[in-house]
Amino acid sequence: MTRIRFQQSLDELKEQLLVMAGLAEQSIQRAIEAYRVRDLSICDLVNRSEMAINRMEREIDQAALDLLAMEQPMAIDLRFILSVIKINADLERVGDSAKAISDRVRSMEQMAQAELPVDIPRMAALAAEMVRKSLQSFIEADAELALTVLTMDDAVDTMNRAAYKSLTAVMEEQSHLAPQALNALMIARALERVADHATNIAEDVIFWVQGEDVRHHKSLKTAPDPHAME
Amino acid sequence: MGVGIEVTNLNAWYGTNHTLQDINLHIPANHATALIGPSGCGKSTFVRCINRMHETNPIARVTGSVRIGGLDIYADAKPVEIRRRVGMVFQRPNPFPTMSIYDNVAAGLKLNGYSNRHALDEIVERSLKDSALWDEVKDDLKKKSGASLSGGQQQRLCIARALAVDPEVLLMDEPASALDPVSTSKIEDLIFQLKSQYTIVIVTHNMQQAARVAEKTGFFLNGRMVEFDSTHKIFTNPSDKRTEDYITGRFG
Repeated sequence: MTRIRFQQSLDELKEQLLVMAGLAEQSIQRAIEAYRVRDLSICDLVNRSEMAINRMEREIDQAALDLLAMEQPMAIDLRFILSVIKINADLERVGDSAKAISDRVRSMEQMAQAELPVDIPRMAALAAEMVRKSLQSFIEADAELALTVLTMDDAVDTMNRAAYKSLTAVMEEQSHLAPQALNALMIARALERVADHATNIAEDVIFWVQGEDVRHHKSLKTAPDPHAME
Repeated sequence: MGVGIEVTNLNAWYGTNHTLQDINLHIPANHATALIGPSGCGKSTFVRCINRMHETNPIARVTGSVRIGGLDIYADAKPVEIRRRVGMVFQRPNPFPTMSIYDNVAAGLKLNGYSNRHALDEIVERSLKDSALWDEVKDDLKKKSGASLSGGQQQRLCIARALAVDPEVLLMDEPASALDPVSTSKIEDLIFQLKSQYTIVIVTHNMQQAARVAEKTGFFLNGRMVEFDSTHKIFTNPSDKRTEDYITGRFG
């Protein structure tokens, strides 16, 4: 009963997702680089990647759906396919965030350069590191590495809150810099979302490898029971 | 109502072949419990030990204890009494071919000395209703033989025959493996309904079936029970690597 073809199909699904992961990771790095050097040709590359990522999202979902329907997987195989479906959606959103950043860079290109009280490169480096680590944990089926990603998310959230505070202050106090500050705020927000998607990917890796659902582990402790609210 | 089954240090042999080794488990009352494992792993031997059928083979031997609702079936009761309390349904439907549908269901009762025609009529009707066959055969009860029914109907007839003697436990050894998907679905629906009244133990090679009908699942391998847990746990995140390798098709 060794299901050789099924195992090959799982390997192929993983390879497909890794190709998409490579595109999404490259896309976010390019968007950050486009911001750093204000290069619109890099923004074009991000746009093209986003279309490729969208196409791959549909292909991976279809392949995963086929395996669920045809092979009726169990246990770690079932968890793997569920995780692939969810990671697939997160990678597509990473691609969307990269495009959102590149759209802001285009917008900023038409404005005067301004010194803003926000460290986008540092925030971008941390978010990109989270994406890299979460994908590495997926490649190596390493739940321990995935766990380290979860601990990084708070730092990005803190940076995003600080960016919001300092950039809204700029908008209030230096209204002529409001358009630049707004763009920077939206980029910070996009990076915070990228970090959230990396966190989701890491949680899905832990679920796949250990069968443990670690989502919302902090908020669950204080959340009201929805059944009690009915 | 069904009763729980407590199995302690159960060992079974066919000649020198030690087919069951140190089995300990609690099968809960009024639930369906599935037993899975590769061919020859001991799961069918295990269910045959629960109604003392294993010992009908002259070279077979059993040690340990099986308590059904507090009754030690090897120490405190005769095999005939146990088989009245523990019904069994086999892989291939085995109605008595020359008997009518009615007589098939009533056979066990008649063997136990029932002769009240009115009481028999009531029990036959109730058993056929409980096995979801009544509506399909009520007009032909005494006209048609058990063998004239389809395979799926024959299997439900065998379930009705088992239910007629009012057992507490129902053992099913791959009850749907010889049936088409529609008949299989009817048997699975039936198991779902019956478990409120009986304790059901089902041996199956179909893991999706185990996942659909059973609350508890045990995995057997080489005569040992490797893992026994909630069906949800077994099929989503089993504790033992051997269980995982089996249910994901990596061996077996």
